[in-house]
Amino acid sequence: MAAVSLENWVEKIRDPKIECMSRDEMAALQSRRLVDVVNRVYNNVEFYRKKMQDIGVEPGDIRSIEDIGKLPFTTKEDLKNNYPFGLLAIPMKDVVRVQGTSGTTGKLTIAPYSQKDVDVWGECVARGLVMAGLTDEDIIHVCYGYGLFTGGMGLDYGAKALGATAIPMSAGNTKRQMMCMEDLGATAFACTPSYALYLAESLQEAGVVDRLKLKAGIHGAEPWTEEMRKKIESILHINCFDIYGLCEVTGPGVAQECIHHAGLHVHHDYFYPEVLNPATQEKCADGETGELVFTTLAKEAMPLIRYRTKDLTSIDHSTCECGRTLPRISKFKGRTDDMKVIRGVNVFPTQVETALLGMGGAVAPHYMMIVDREDNLDVLTVMVEVDESMFSDEIRKLDALRNKIAAVLKTALGVSVRVKLVEPKSIQRSEGKAVRVIDNRNL
Amino acid sequence: MGITIQQLSVFLENREGRLDEVLSVLAGNDVNIVALSLADTAEYGMLRMIVSDPNKGKAVLKENGITSMLTDVVALRVPHETGSLSKAMHQIVEGDVNIEYMYAFANGDDASAVLKTDDPARVVDILRGSGFDVWEASEAYVSNIKGRI
Repeated sequence: MAAVSLENWVEKIRDPKIECMSRDEMAALQSRRLVDVVNRVYNNVEFYRKKMQDIGVEPGDIRSIEDIGKLPFTTKEDLKNNYPFGLLAIPMKDVVRVQGTSGTTGKLTIAPYSQKDVDVWGECVARGLVMAGLTDEDIIHVCYGYGLFTGGMGLDYGAKALGATAIPMSAGNTKRQMMCMEDLGATAFACTPSYALYLAESLQEAGVVDRLKLKAGIHGAEPWTEEMRKKIESILHINCFDIYGLCEVTGPGVAQECIHHAGLHVHHDYFYPEVLNPATQEKCADGETGELVFTTLAKEAMPLIRYRTKDLTSIDHSTCECGRTLPRISKFKGRTDDMKVIRGVNVFPTQVETALLGMGGAVAPHYMMIVDREDNLDVLTVMVEVDESMFSDEIRKLDALRNKIAAVLKTALGVSVRVKLVEPKSIQRSEGKAVRVIDNRNL
Repeated sequence: MGITIQQLSVFLENREGRLDEVLSVLAGNDVNIVALSLADTAEYGMLRMIVSDPNKGKAVLKENGITSMLTDVVALRVPHETGSLSKAMHQIVEGDVNIEYMYAFANGDDASAVLKTDDPARVVDILRGSGFDVWEASEAYVSNIKGRI
């Protein structure tokens, strides 16, 4: 247990030449890589060649990173239509591994890698681990799932690139996780934030927190809030960091927070980010919210050109207090997918989480949103767990609590909410991505 | 043991078999239920119990993932006579104490009622001052077990 305060933090940077590079030098590097990747996809991938020809763009039109706006977009739909290997830009024999999405709906989204792609992936995760204050002396307990899901392997490659010790726990079996974490002396752990909170609560309940050597947590794969980070940090006495990635682009390690928690640093020498107005596709100014779009500048196996992530964020290109010039994307405001339109109002699960956590510990941050349609009206029900701290033997007090939660949520979301109190730990804790919304409307 | 007794309360979701699960955990761990009341709302139920060992009851429920809490209540002892409960209630009202809820249980020759109030210690004083008695914890937790009382 060793949370480090900002005053006592000593910043370490894995690759200062790249991570602190001047804007002009970086633009030159990005331009070279963009020209190269555009040529590679035009020559090797039928899909891209056709798409570019359709809008009358040739590789020669792309001379610098400034020209990126001339290129066509790629969507998740395109990946589906070219499943599984239609977008390969290298021979199959040079593909050394394939990862995929957790596949919540329909077919998997497949991500093939060359050996260089795997190395770049590990390097980017390693940069993030250093951002989190870790070195080759650390022991990293990885309880992301190992398998097609990129979480487990991604952190594993990162630990390997850093020279740290990886403990490949994979997901599940919380009792065993707790035992290994203590016995093997993990100094950092990596998993989804919802599982991190569940594990933290379990460790606290078992009274073993003081015997752990943890100092950092690396959590991502689902959106989470500052309040949730502080809760995990205060239970375990560690520093937690938000890591972001998506398997199509590379997996975790596309971006990560530093100790200043001022957004997630994007490794834009490999993954060029644009933030665009989802309706007009115009470039958003710094600070303005829009859809995150990535171009993989160095990927060999399956390069993506202007891939629309559906993640909503804003970007900041100013130099961070940590010294890095890597631009920072804000914590996600949700996905265009997760957003629910309820009686005409856009509602994101993260808003519910922020509101519940904002009630000063009165309410557990485990929740589930259920959207129904009754008599042609949308009805939003939020299930909230009654934990020990809020439980009362008086129905009057429980009802008052329920009404208070409903009022707080109504203010936060702008729609009225039915609150249903449920038993503690009855809402599923996810070991992959937490499902926070069930939509029964069949829209 | 004190003159107030501890009630074990459990939050129950309205779903099939949940009450049975809670009672099984207590039974399986030799926790005897002396008195109980089950309040229900549209969405959930509240199970309130006087048990042989409240702390053990809370602990074994927790081991089984069931949240419960202990609350100080008063176990009023009234003779089986018309008007005796009314008289006791009158004294409490006169004493300006609010009763949140109450439920009855049988114990030996007398009738008994569990009272949840905002000031349990004061209720005991009021009742004793007006000729009523309360069950102490050592008596209430072993109510009606053969060979006792």
